[in-house]
Amino acid sequence: MDSMSALTMTALNKSYGAVRALRDLSLEVRAGEIVGFVGSNGAGKSTAMRITLGVVAADSGEVRWDGRLIDLDVRRRIGYMPEERGLYPRMRVGEQLTYLARLHGLDTAQATTSMEHWTEVLGIAERRGDEVLKLSLGNQQRVQLAAALVHSPEILVLDEPFSGLDPVAVDVMSAVLRDQAAAGVPVLFSSHQLELVESLCDRVGIINSGSIVAFGDIETLRRTDTRRWVVDGPPYASWLPSVPTASLISTEGSRTVVEVQDASLTTVDQELLGAALAAGPVHEFTRQRPSLTELYRHVVRTPSEAVLDAQEVSA
Amino acid sequence: MSVTFHPVTSSEAVRMIAGREITTRVRSKAFIWTTIALVAGVVLGGVILHLAAPDDDEGQSVGLTSAASDVSEILVGTAQVSGVTVTTQDVSDEAAGEQLLRDGKIDALVTSTDPFTVVVHESLPESLTPVFTSVAQQVALSSAITDLGGNPASVSAEIAAATPTVTALEPPPERDAAQVAAGFIAGILLFVTLISTGQLVAQGVVEEKSSRVVELLLATVRPWQLMAGKVLGIGFIGLAQIVLVVTAGAGTAAALGLVDASSLDVGTTALWVVVWFVVGFTTYALALGALAALVSRQEDVGSVTAPVITVMMIPYIIGVSIAPWDPTNPLVVALSFIPFCAPLIMPIRIALGEVAPWEVAVSLGLSLAVIPVLVWFAGRVYSNAVLHSGGRIKLKDALAGR
Repeated sequence: MDSMSALTMTALNKSYGAVRALRDLSLEVRAGEIVGFVGSNGAGKSTAMRITLGVVAADSGEVRWDGRLIDLDVRRRIGYMPEERGLYPRMRVGEQLTYLARLHGLDTAQATTSMEHWTEVLGIAERRGDEVLKLSLGNQQRVQLAAALVHSPEILVLDEPFSGLDPVAVDVMSAVLRDQAAAGVPVLFSSHQLELVESLCDRVGIINSGSIVAFGDIETLRRTDTRRWVVDGPPYASWLPSVPTASLISTEGSRTVVEVQDASLTTVDQELLGAALAAGPVHEFTRQRPSLTELYRHVVRTPSEAVLDAQEVSA
Repeated sequence: MSVTFHPVTSSEAVRMIAGREITTRVRSKAFIWTTIALVAGVVLGGVILHLAAPDDDEGQSVGLTSAASDVSEILVGTAQVSGVTVTTQDVSDEAAGEQLLRDGKIDALVTSTDPFTVVVHESLPESLTPVFTSVAQQVALSSAITDLGGNPASVSAEIAAATPTVTALEPPPERDAAQVAAGFIAGILLFVTLISTGQLVAQGVVEEKSSRVVELLLATVRPWQLMAGKVLGIGFIGLAQIVLVVTAGAGTAAALGLVDASSLDVGTTALWVVVWFVVGFTTYALALGALAALVSRQEDVGSVTAPVITVMMIPYIIGVSIAPWDPTNPLVVALSFIPFCAPLIMPIRIALGEVAPWEVAVSLGLSLAVIPVLVWFAGRVYSNAVLHSGGRIKLKDALAGR
């Protein structure tokens, strides 16, 4: 697969009545890359995914794959897991997966082989003959993932694939996503489990009120203008005042967290360490990088223009 | 795993969707049992009709002792005028005749003509009462004429010839029990199959909505393909069901000779029932499928489809309660032209032989003309409403695409 292939959403807009679900949302998922889509409920993640799959029409903007506007033929090559899980409850697992694979363009023999493969990989092979509603919720989730994978998609768009999974299934799911990315499939998934996103994703898009407010690899996102250090050493009162550009964030026992807002002060870390050492022994001096959770809280709390507190817009 | 894709054409998608519907329904116990019940119903109905048919054909058997043997001719002739078939047989004596009565071999025994005496086992069969009365009067008359020196034979001939000529201002049409039964059965059968297949379409639409599988499907097929596949699939099994039932019914009627004496054209009627099923199913499936897309829960299907079901009830009730007995009733005739009503009424009129070919053509034309409008309506409402989950969507919003 061409390494330049990418799924690109450009300036997507969508309103539901007075609620603006998406405002100029743009996002790119390259072939072979896992992109995490993070945002609060109603931020617009599902809407962006549904537009990509063509189940909702955008008011403006476009979605392309490999430079080509996405049409029904391309959509057939997408593996999709809707936010609202959906399978025929009274249809048998195996028949259902085979049917879905055929609808996506596989012939019956390939559809059967693929169904057997994925039910095996996802650990639901022995449930092929059972109706979906007879399965536990966790196994229904696995069938749902199998439904997204059974037609060997070129692109994966998964809305909350990890919600409701037990830890074993989370591992299986993570491994499958990594395998798919390694095979060159662009993977876009949304999640509230930020630790998972952090560990799985190459890049993360944070969405708030319908726009991408931060997008990039986690290291880049962490590289903020505001830097923090943890100092395990003498009480701050004895040394912090000598570095006027630094301010106190918190203190706990001998540990002090300080912050410097001005990114142009390139030697401020040396000044801080020097001041602390002059006041007494220092056992630890570390740059504190924000976790994705903190980043997320930070960007999501930043008020963006005219925040219509978008209610759950799954309609 | 490497696979090769092929582009899925619209007809392939519709075929796959229809195929799934057929497989699912054919496996469903409800469908199997409904079909068995309908087939059993028409076959048993035919058998019961056959068994219950009066034995008039075999006629009444009257025994005559030697004292009464000369009334044989007059008895058979009089019975014939009254529409009763009577056969006579001579019995050697009264005791032998009484034994035949007890054995049920004969229905009455005439032992004497002066006075005219009839012996029966329990009571005189109703149809024979006027016959014997008339015969007794003729015998008495003959004996009086003989006593007066006249010729009883010529008087009898004159009496026999003296039947009134009746002129009807509005002669009732020729209609027999088999036609009425066929009309009645056609009305019930069409209603049952149309309502059950229509409900299947409505429930199928809501099943996909309530289970949310529709979102997965619409990411790969277009709404009209999904709707068309569903309607065709369910229509196909509905058609198979009604063909089976109609064939069983017609076969039973033919095998038991139920319609031998009737002017009912079983083949034509059966064919029309099937044709009207196709027309009615298409009409109702599109309407019910579109309306069902407005709701998201099976419990709401009833309320959203109620107006259409009511529209079905009216022609059905009028169809089976008035039409078989009064097919020229103005209300029946009017409804048989109106789309939505015609499929439930016109087949009854056809079964009764009470309809001109142009009437069928006009009615069929009107019903068919409505179908493109329904296709547009269903396509629009369904596409706009099927992905809305949650509450019930207003029909006008779905039509406007809001």
